Amino acid sequence: MTLTSTQATPLDHDEVEAIRADFPILHRTVGDGAQLVYLDSGATSQRPRQVLQAEYDFATTSYSAVHRGAHTLASEATDAFEAARETVARFVGVPTDGVVWTRNATEGLNVLAAALTDPEAGQYTLKPGDEVLVTEMEHHANLVPWQRAAARSGATLRWIPLTDAGRLDLATVDGLINERTKVVAFAHASNVLGTINPVAELVAKAKAVGALTILDACQSVPHLPVDLGALGVDAAVFSGHKMLGPTGIGVLAARPGLLDALPPVLTGGSMVERVTMETATFREAPQRFEAGPPPVAQAVALRAAVDYLDRVGMDRIAAREHQLAQLLLDGVDSVAGVRVIGPNDAENRTATVAFEVEGVHPHDVGQVLDAAGVAVRVGHHCAQPVHRRFGVNASSRASAYLYTTDADVERFVQALGSVRGFFGRS
Amino acid sequence: MSSLESLYQQVILDHSKEKHGRADLGEGDVLDPLSTARSHQYNPLCGDEVTVQITLGGTDVETVAWTGDGCSISQAATSVMHDLIVGRPVDEARGILADYRTMLRSRGEGEPDEEVLGDAVAFAGVSRHANRVKCAILGWTAFEDALLRIEAARPTAKDES
Ligand SMILES: Cc1ncc(COP(=O)(O)O)c(C=O)c1O
Repeated sequence: MTLTSTQATPLDHDEVEAIRADFPILHRTVGDGAQLVYLDSGATSQRPRQVLQAEYDFATTSYSAVHRGAHTLASEATDAFEAARETVARFVGVPTDGVVWTRNATEGLNVLAAALTDPEAGQYTLKPGDEVLVTEMEHHANLVPWQRAAARSGATLRWIPLTDAGRLDLATVDGLINERTKVVAFAHASNVLGTINPVAELVAKAKAVGALTILDACQSVPHLPVDLGALGVDAAVFSGHKMLGPTGIGVLAARPGLLDALPPVLTGGSMVERVTMETATFREAPQRFEAGPPPVAQAVALRAAVDYLDRVGMDRIAAREHQLAQLLLDGVDSVAGVRVIGPNDAENRTATVAFEVEGVHPHDVGQVLDAAGVAVRVGHHCAQPVHRRFGVNASSRASAYLYTTDADVERFVQALGSVRGFFGRS
Repeated sequence: MSSLESLYQQVILDHSKEKHGRADLGEGDVLDPLSTARSHQYNPLCGDEVTVQITLGGTDVETVAWTGDGCSISQAATSVMHDLIVGRPVDEARGILADYRTMLRSRGEGEPDEEVLGDAVAFAGVSRHANRVKCAILGWTAFEDALLRIEAARPTAKDES
């Protein structure tokens, strides 16, 4: 989905404060007693007590192994686990059996890249001469697995370049998506630039040549209403820990027809039907891709996170983050010697703003902000190529979420204003 | 002193700007492996990099030249290292490095010896910031690695030590 003019009413001040009351960690201080301003939700989000409570309740009432055993706990745990699958599937608009639990989004992308180089993937198996298309703004998780897949299969990896404004250079796309293209894998929203990419346009072009579309939705599903079915992508990945849920759980969501056509990648218990000493047959998707003990407690907690987001309303969260994106851009722009890396307008953009402070290394920027209580990410954010594209090794990045206040942004901007002076740059 | 000032002591702020020993290291330079070596170190977590070139005159560190890209801690640490080890016997330089490492790993609990460490004591505050220790050690690691390269190239190095 694109986010231009926002129809929904943004969360107002009181609603954001009410949300903050659910997040104990936001009330702590850091360093010399500064109140925490958490602007690193793009790396990992904080968890509300409802999510922590759900995990605790599950652990103290129903915890046990799922899909095995006839006892009461096993049955309750299985119900909770599968209910989580249903909730998450509905949340992103795919059928329930289109949701595969993974450890994280990285694993989901690796599973896809590995399956697509297996000869048993049939019509989908990558071959020499085929092309895999990514973009220059990908997180390493949606780049390196495709580099490896290309190397294994003899396919060629290509990428959509970026404009200086930090958007995909769409003028190049018609040449890049051609009859050799078999996979188009791209970020819905960039974890560095904040750019929201035109999914429908890319999907239409990919479909026209019969290529699979794989969406890295890590930075969109937590922040925007996303209907994967309506977007028409073949597969997508996202991650629990960026959407108020726990670490250790990710989602590989796909149209079931695709999953059933792909061979398993990790094998062992839970994913098989009949096993002899020589061979085995595999269950249907999604179980075929869930070898070994699944992340049961994490799934239960992720369900609580999705329920929380649903209650607040993704459209209202998106509208609020649209405001935050504008506030962050204006704030960063008001500080002399600071340059935004990424689009400098809030249209089709998330509230993730990477920036460069002239003459001061991002590590030092992060340290000065931390002393003021402000937590931002510094480094290359697992996306070295996009940094290289904009002529830097690393950047600082502020990323907001539904619990971010206007005052948080003001504190951040104020602290940012002191950085260059501290290091004697003027 | 605020925690920020105890991390960024004046010595560090000064060296991060002055960068003693910083030089352009030519790509194609031919080095005499028996006296000169270079080491490039990279911190994949933050993308910082430094290349240190040392020349030994006998068993003394004769020159140190470096280049690189990184935060003020890594730049200042390499600059301070330059001042500390140029003209010193290799053994003494290694002794400073050993003390420096101990200090950085002390989590703020160590009592660094200023007699040995000189200006490098300014980095004591870094030991309280686990994710900055690597910045303070990057240039020194390059120095140590370059030293090992020269020693490996010298057939008699083992007998001497
Ligand atoms: C755009 C994007 N893709 C992939 C990932 C990797 O996700 P995970 O942490 O679930 O492996 C991230 C996380 O930083 C991301 O932002």
